[in-house]
Amino acid sequence: MKPSASSAHQRGGVVALPNGRAETSKIRIENLSKEFKLRGKAFKALDTINLDIASGTFFVIVGPSGCGKTTLLRVLAGLEEPTEGTVTVNRTELHRPSNAMVFQGDSIFPWMTVWENAAYGLRMRKVPKAEIRDIVDHYLDCTRLTKFAHSFPHQLSGGMRQRVSIARAFATDPEVLLMDEPFSALDEQNRTLLHQELLRIWEQHKKTVVFITHSVDEAVILGDRIMVMTAHPGRAKVTVDVPFERPRSVLELRATPEYGELVYRIWGYLREEVQSAAEEAEGGRK
Amino acid sequence: MSARSRWNERAAVTDSWGITLRRVANINITPAVRDRLISILSPFVLLASWEACAVGGLLDTRFFPAPSTVFSTLVKLIETGVLWDNTWASMTRLFWGFLLGAIPALAVGIAMGLYRPLRAAIDPLIALTYPIPKSAILPLLLLIFGLGEASKIVMVAIGVFYPICINAVAGVLEINKIYLDVGKNFQASRWNVFRTIALPGALPFIMSGVKLGIGMGLILIVLAEMVGAKSGLGYMIWHAWEILAVEMMYIGLMTVAVIGYALSVLSNELERWILPWKVDR
Repeated sequence: MKPSASSAHQRGGVVALPNGRAETSKIRIENLSKEFKLRGKAFKALDTINLDIASGTFFVIVGPSGCGKTTLLRVLAGLEEPTEGTVTVNRTELHRPSNAMVFQGDSIFPWMTVWENAAYGLRMRKVPKAEIRDIVDHYLDCTRLTKFAHSFPHQLSGGMRQRVSIARAFATDPEVLLMDEPFSALDEQNRTLLHQELLRIWEQHKKTVVFITHSVDEAVILGDRIMVMTAHPGRAKVTVDVPFERPRSVLELRATPEYGELVYRIWGYLREEVQSAAEEAEGGRK
Repeated sequence: MSARSRWNERAAVTDSWGITLRRVANINITPAVRDRLISILSPFVLLASWEACAVGGLLDTRFFPAPSTVFSTLVKLIETGVLWDNTWASMTRLFWGFLLGAIPALAVGIAMGLYRPLRAAIDPLIALTYPIPKSAILPLLLLIFGLGEASKIVMVAIGVFYPICINAVAGVLEINKIYLDVGKNFQASRWNVFRTIALPGALPFIMSGVKLGIGMGLILIVLAEMVGAKSGLGYMIWHAWEILAVEMMYIGLMTVAVIGYALSVLSNELERWILPWKVDR
């Protein structure tokens, strides 16, 4: 029962969806709930989430801190089992991994070089050596890390380390790419650069991406669709389509009035959730 | 007087040596070179004064033989092969004992770090047996394994096992959980989690355990050989006491010291080579 997403598929008994068209559902989440036991008390992190994500979509989930968005991604990644409901990844090619995750914070192995880190997923899948070499070289080139292939992570900046993490995830050619606030630890300038690079790489490969963030700007710059989550317990509040065409330029996009309007609109949905999350945190402290 | 001003005063004194040297011999020496010279010279100064005291009758040569006589005995022991044979015997036991202790220690320690139930099961056993002085187990080992090689090797193995095992557990527990999530996300098999995450992640701690283990092993092998062996450096030191060959005793102690020093230099080099990714070196 390794790829938990596909095992959920079997449990849920959902029939494989017809594929080939762009609107094909890639990920289907049905009645998903997740409860944790915290000091004996049940804590509901996610509450009956229903969601369809079309193939090739850059899907962004925005929500206040503690709304369970990371939990949702971890369920998608197979790192947590859902308490109720199913997650179905419509896999088209079974030789590809169902997902790969870019984690929040430093997740590349400090004991491996940049090259070995980028090759990790492929090595775990026992891909032939020559093939690994080609794929890793390609993605290190994409992420502009070729010069640092044989450096260790501690010799790199935070932004470069996060690029290694992105290369590692892309290299396995997963059906779905999961990204958990990958840029939240970076400063504004580096974040903007990485947004542009991520868009560039993504626009080459057009994978289905589920991207989590607490930044509305980031969501609007990167996403095709944005789901706003409620404060705890996490529910899907509203889903918004992002009309901007691709390829996108981060700076040009930011200069348009439509960009500002969309950010404003999404902030409108998010504001009360952030407030209620903050009030709850206050209450928790008392 | 505060510690700081005492050091300042010492610095002033040593600096005045530099000034004297410069004035007398017209040599210009940087403080670093000067300190290096002092460090190299100080043992020789000690040996020279020891020699002088022994020759001059200020020291009882039955206990503190002159370095020159120790040295001539050293030459004799090297020529007859006695020193080499005994050193070889000790090192062989240390080597096999180390392997016998280190390999299970690594396996058990890492497994304990990865699986909580195993940790719960073995932790009390280790906590209970660890405080026993390892030397106190020797009679039991002699009883079980007899006077042959096995008792000595097992003695070393037991001494090596604890520090490596305890450090391996701590090392695995220190690994950031995110790395295990990465392994799971990329569907690493159990063996690969062990090989690519748990082992390398715990290696800095394990290397500290290895260094402690080597030191412990050396202490124990010398001790074990004093009681139950007819060869080895421990036997040589004990035998020297029995026949009142004080020079031989000093040579035995000196050899142990040199081996201990060499092993620590070696393991530091090994560490540097195995852990090129550690920041602070």
